[in-house]
Amino acid sequence: MTIKKVKITPKKVLSYLADNAVTVMFVIICAFGIPLSGLSANFLFSEILTRLARNSFLVLSLLIPIMAGMGLNFGMTLGAMAGEIGLILVIDWNIIGIPGIILAMIISTPISILLGWICGKILNMAKGREMVTSYIIGFFMNGIYQLIVLYAMGSLIPLASKTLILPRGYGVRNTVNLITVRKVFDNLINVRIFNTNVPVFTFIIIVFLCIFIVWFRKTKLGQDMKAVGQDLEVSKSAGIKEERTRIIAIIISTVFAGIGMIIYLQNMGTLNTYNSHTQIGMFSIAALLVGGASVNKAKISNVFLGIILFHIMFIVSPYAGKNLVGQAMIGEYFRVFVSYGVITLSLVLYELKRRRAKSRIGAQLALDQEDEEEVKNETE
Amino acid sequence: MINSTNKFLPWMKEKIKAFGLPRIIIALFLLFLFIVAPFVQVNIAQSLSDVLARFGMNAIMVLAMVPMIHSGCGLNFGLPLGIIAGLLGGTIAIELNFVGPASFYMAILLATPFAILFGWGYGKLLNRVKGSEMMIATYVGFSSVAFMCIMWIILPYHSPTMVWGFQGQGLRTTISTEGFYLHVLNDFLSINIGHLTIPVGMILFFAVFAFGMWAFLHTKTGTAMTAVGSNAVFAKASGININKIRILSVILSTWLGAIGILVYQQSFGFIQLYMGPFFMALPAVSAILIGGASVNKATITNVIVGTFLFQGILTMTPSVMNSAIQTDMSEVIRIIVSNGMILYALTRKTEGQN
Repeated sequence: MTIKKVKITPKKVLSYLADNAVTVMFVIICAFGIPLSGLSANFLFSEILTRLARNSFLVLSLLIPIMAGMGLNFGMTLGAMAGEIGLILVIDWNIIGIPGIILAMIISTPISILLGWICGKILNMAKGREMVTSYIIGFFMNGIYQLIVLYAMGSLIPLASKTLILPRGYGVRNTVNLITVRKVFDNLINVRIFNTNVPVFTFIIIVFLCIFIVWFRKTKLGQDMKAVGQDLEVSKSAGIKEERTRIIAIIISTVFAGIGMIIYLQNMGTLNTYNSHTQIGMFSIAALLVGGASVNKAKISNVFLGIILFHIMFIVSPYAGKNLVGQAMIGEYFRVFVSYGVITLSLVLYELKRRRAKSRIGAQLALDQEDEEEVKNETE
Repeated sequence: MINSTNKFLPWMKEKIKAFGLPRIIIALFLLFLFIVAPFVQVNIAQSLSDVLARFGMNAIMVLAMVPMIHSGCGLNFGLPLGIIAGLLGGTIAIELNFVGPASFYMAILLATPFAILFGWGYGKLLNRVKGSEMMIATYVGFSSVAFMCIMWIILPYHSPTMVWGFQGQGLRTTISTEGFYLHVLNDFLSINIGHLTIPVGMILFFAVFAFGMWAFLHTKTGTAMTAVGSNAVFAKASGININKIRILSVILSTWLGAIGILVYQQSFGFIQLYMGPFFMALPAVSAILIGGASVNKATITNVIVGTFLFQGILTMTPSVMNSAIQTDMSEVIRIIVSNGMILYALTRKTEGQN
């Protein structure tokens, strides 16, 4: 193939914009929102840095199921729940600082593996509608989580700490103070840039995860996943155990989500026992989509760009709403709307693109068939 | 019919299979709750009244699932869109100073154009994303609720019963229907026998819609709708305009969602705005599934059985559990049962797909 000089035509620009409609839309929102909010660049910079450290690990956990063709893993909330259970136990045993966090991660891992395995099994029974199924699995497991944390903890599962347990004698309180493990990762290596604390150690962990993902793609298992993601039937006939591969993809994602949730919560400093995990899936997925990822394609760069853009919108909109119409509430509802709207728009755009591609293939097949028949008729 | 006895056992097995194991478990659980109830000082008549009232409240929203399932659009997770049409109807009726039963009928009338408009747009969208309707429907529901949150603040409502007294603008999160359409159906033709109250009027209201739906599904258009859902290729071959039929089913579903929420409000006593409609699709979806529907098959019987079982468990578990073991686990049980049921339906192999 010869390399042709690429000409930039208006048509090409338009199709590029259409392909990245969500990202472009967000750039526009941010471009209007930042001056309207009246926030200083310094404040924004430090906020974005914090949020990058807080959310990157969670968002990165979504990449592997996308590679395996299972779409956006709404079941990442399962991992988040496992991480929360790990943290609750660590707080109860009063293990503080870095050992506490690491122990919480160690506890969360087997729980995540089990939940991921269940999730993968169920998703294999619902091929073709993995996303809506994983979404409902999140709700379902939330019920089980409540059963354990609200009823079993303190009664069946002994908890020593009185401050953790509800006054009635069992069940964990609505908020758990994580003061003993608060920001231990973030403050481990302390560097200040522009009066801002940079959580260097957290970023090192995130970089390691990125390297892992890049390496993983090149392994046999990673290649298998890619093949399964591209065509289930073809990879089946190539001898790949497609169901097993899919389960592994979900397990890896769930384990990372668990660890990611612990990193997220050590930065936040408090755990909302019954709420923290419910929103995390939606925000992570929205951030990834804003970064230009789609249901079947996601790169590491999408993660970081997405978090930056999404969280600028998130920080800026209440202030912008207040300055624009005098009501912060409008800004708050606006950001909720945009979060859901982004996911809707991305899903719709993906479907449209897929259908267009499908009809093109269909037309091609029909043409081929016609040719064949013509040949056949001629030979007869 | 000579060896009918020989055929009985397989027939029985077939019936159990058709009825579905989860349904049998849930029905037995409900039966168990009703049997246990008197032993833990729960008044059966009172409980039964509650179950009936909640049946009437929710049945139309469950009925709203039927047309979209028939036309192959799957479970209508986008029900909040219809609910929003209903909310608009209700609030506008109050804004226009209608009171008493008139406000209820005006609310239905005013909600209709919104439902048709929303349903049409929503149907158009779903036609372009065939095969992934359910996921997109979920998010259409969510984003429309979030969008309306902004609208409830800025739309020019003025009625003092509805807007925040402090600022004089922006609707309140909950608006009482007292003085407007509170209990217009609940009290209509209701029969009291001791502790037992049967809201005949409300159940009749549902019956009218259920019969209407049944009759519609037997008309030419209705049969076409079923044909589109069960075999799209065949339907196309017999000259049915698939997209048009699907849009019609979505409009119908959205409209029933709008009426459903109005019936719900007249019984519940409050209009819940803002994030209120957010998760309202899930109970309706799980109710019809408990009733025996699948992702691509549903009947009116499914609606009635499902709503009764689902609402029965919802009403009975808290009261029985509370009296028996002094803990209210009903919320957790509700989450597990309803989402478990949806998962069960999503993982079934459905015939006639692709």
